[in-house]
Amino acid sequence: MPAKTLYDKLWDDHVVRVEADGTALLYIDRHLVHEVTSPQAFEGLRLAGRQPWRVSSIVATADHNTPTDHWDRGIEDPVSRQQVETLDANIRAVGAKAYFPFKDARQGIVHVIGPENGATLPGMTVVCGDSHTSTHGAFGCLAHGIGTSEVEHVLATQCLLQKKMKSMLVRVEGPLGTGVTAKDVALAIIGHIGTAGGNGHAIEFAGSAIRSLSMEGRMTLCNMAIEAGARAGMVAVDDVTIAYVRGRPFAPKGADWDRAVAYWRTLHSDPDARFDHIVELDARRIAPQVTWGTSPEMVVDVNGAVPDPAAEKDPVKRNGMEKALAYMGLAPRTPIKDIRIDKVFIGSCTNSRIEDLRAAAAVLKGRSIAANVRLALAVPGSGLVKRQAEEEGLDKVFIAAGFEWRGPGCSMCLAMNADRLEPGERCASTSNRNFEGRQGPGGRTHLVSPAMAAAAAVAGHFADVREVL
Amino acid sequence: MKPFTVLDGLVAPLDRPNVDTDAIIPKQFLKSILRSGFGPNLFDEWRYMDVGQPGVDNSGRPLNPNFVLNQPRYRGAQVLLTRENFGCGSSREHAPWAIEDFGFRALIGPSYADIFFNNCFKNGLLPIVLPANEVDRLFKEVDATPGFRLRIDLDAQTVSTPDGRTLRFDIDPFRKECLLGGLDDIGLTLRHADHIREYEERRRATQPWLFA
Repeated sequence: MPAKTLYDKLWDDHVVRVEADGTALLYIDRHLVHEVTSPQAFEGLRLAGRQPWRVSSIVATADHNTPTDHWDRGIEDPVSRQQVETLDANIRAVGAKAYFPFKDARQGIVHVIGPENGATLPGMTVVCGDSHTSTHGAFGCLAHGIGTSEVEHVLATQCLLQKKMKSMLVRVEGPLGTGVTAKDVALAIIGHIGTAGGNGHAIEFAGSAIRSLSMEGRMTLCNMAIEAGARAGMVAVDDVTIAYVRGRPFAPKGADWDRAVAYWRTLHSDPDARFDHIVELDARRIAPQVTWGTSPEMVVDVNGAVPDPAAEKDPVKRNGMEKALAYMGLAPRTPIKDIRIDKVFIGSCTNSRIEDLRAAAAVLKGRSIAANVRLALAVPGSGLVKRQAEEEGLDKVFIAAGFEWRGPGCSMCLAMNADRLEPGERCASTSNRNFEGRQGPGGRTHLVSPAMAAAAAVAGHFADVREVL
Repeated sequence: MKPFTVLDGLVAPLDRPNVDTDAIIPKQFLKSILRSGFGPNLFDEWRYMDVGQPGVDNSGRPLNPNFVLNQPRYRGAQVLLTRENFGCGSSREHAPWAIEDFGFRALIGPSYADIFFNNCFKNGLLPIVLPANEVDRLFKEVDATPGFRLRIDLDAQTVSTPDGRTLRFDIDPFRKECLLGGLDDIGLTLRHADHIREYEERRRATQPWLFA
């Protein structure tokens, strides 16, 4: 048998049939659903008189529009409320394996609740009308975002029409330094290959630095694959994966567990598998990262400076850099550590898991946020993460430092609820996108790890977390 | 879905790389539960001087005179000329919905983000990939020639310029068929319902935990 990549194995296991031009019908095991990208799909299904193919594949939650405080008031924005109520009604009408509605103890960001409930299992195809579905690739899944038409297609047929992507191996070898996290690895990779570097590819992350990451870290990394242009990122299954999945509510039990584990152990690239592209990074050379512009590829080390567009030879790139600096209100060659911030956001499907909150709390313990920081938000990824953090006393550390401790949701990652930046405000954010207006019209986002966000909160400007740990 | 066959359309240029879907249609408009009506809010933050809100009449809002689509010479454009990695970021299909609702039927650029690219085909929108040097030349020609139009023939897979150049582009045969015929791909897939059931039965036997 020819050597296969992990992606080859996942692909081959899910092909139902292939058209003459290579377009395949790919079977979908898990369909995650949230309120923003599903209403038109359910409506389309209804209008065509179609039934969902396999309701037990659906796991749904409301996360984008839900408020993170004053839950007693419900969802005050009537347009947001209508969207969440539409999801309630759609799931009531068609059913689901699980639904975690607003205020449910297990409600949270769709990419946090899938894994923590064992609804994301190794070897699955996982889709969701959300680009950060790549997160689930951390479990050795083929997981990627889809549009609403495809949400409807999966509801109706349990399949997607797909062409096989090219394969890219991103190998990161060596030990990660203290204070250097999966987020920094992700940003360093994006800085290296660019936000279009992974276009048309499925990325497998490998190497000793990746193996050393926890599942939370691997999820952070795969989450950001889409920011490198790759719809899907993935990590091979190992003991860390299996230990994480064991005992989760929807994980297989008894004899099924043993059968599943035997299969999951095969979910890695064969030693001589061939990739279309290979990218290699030295983990020892990765420092904490801070973005300076309006694309995640606009990133430098914390000890670096804002680059000078005048030094860029490509006119299209130079134009992009100039526009980014104008939007960000930054001058070329400004040291990153001199950039003062107004707000801090710790949360999002990238960095809102228990390990992220622990890392931030470790920096904040016994310290306070700087006077110029108007608002610092800690937003756990789910009700279960929040509960665990509170059991560990992390909430008290955040609150003592001057943070607001909020309820779970997407929150200020994309500001569909009330959590947002005002025009011109500058934020140290653990989210995934620094696009113009992403965290609120006119808002200025700098992407960092949770530990770096905490260090910036304390200093009032970006700071090297390695100097405070 | 509206079929796409031949288009002879006015071209508008959007000269910046990595245009993301947050820029194409900002998040506040994603709260709609409809598929239509996004056109007036396409590129909302660049297009208007104020901040747009869903459910608000856009006709009286102050326009940004510097934004390219507000220039009279591009009124009625049906072809959007773009730079690399257009449509990166979120998977929101509201982006192609907004572009289509605004009046565009085709995009021409050196590359697109994968999910956006895929979403276009589901909405009768043709994203054409041409080599970067050709795209660069088109940007210069559009800028220099008021009323610059291109003729796009999907069946022939060609883009024809006013000065008689014919540029060929590639497209997956399956996607081409669906666009030419305006076909509903759910209906096409359901023709294979028996295959899907057979596959499911096979997997249910080997990996029963997936069907619990």
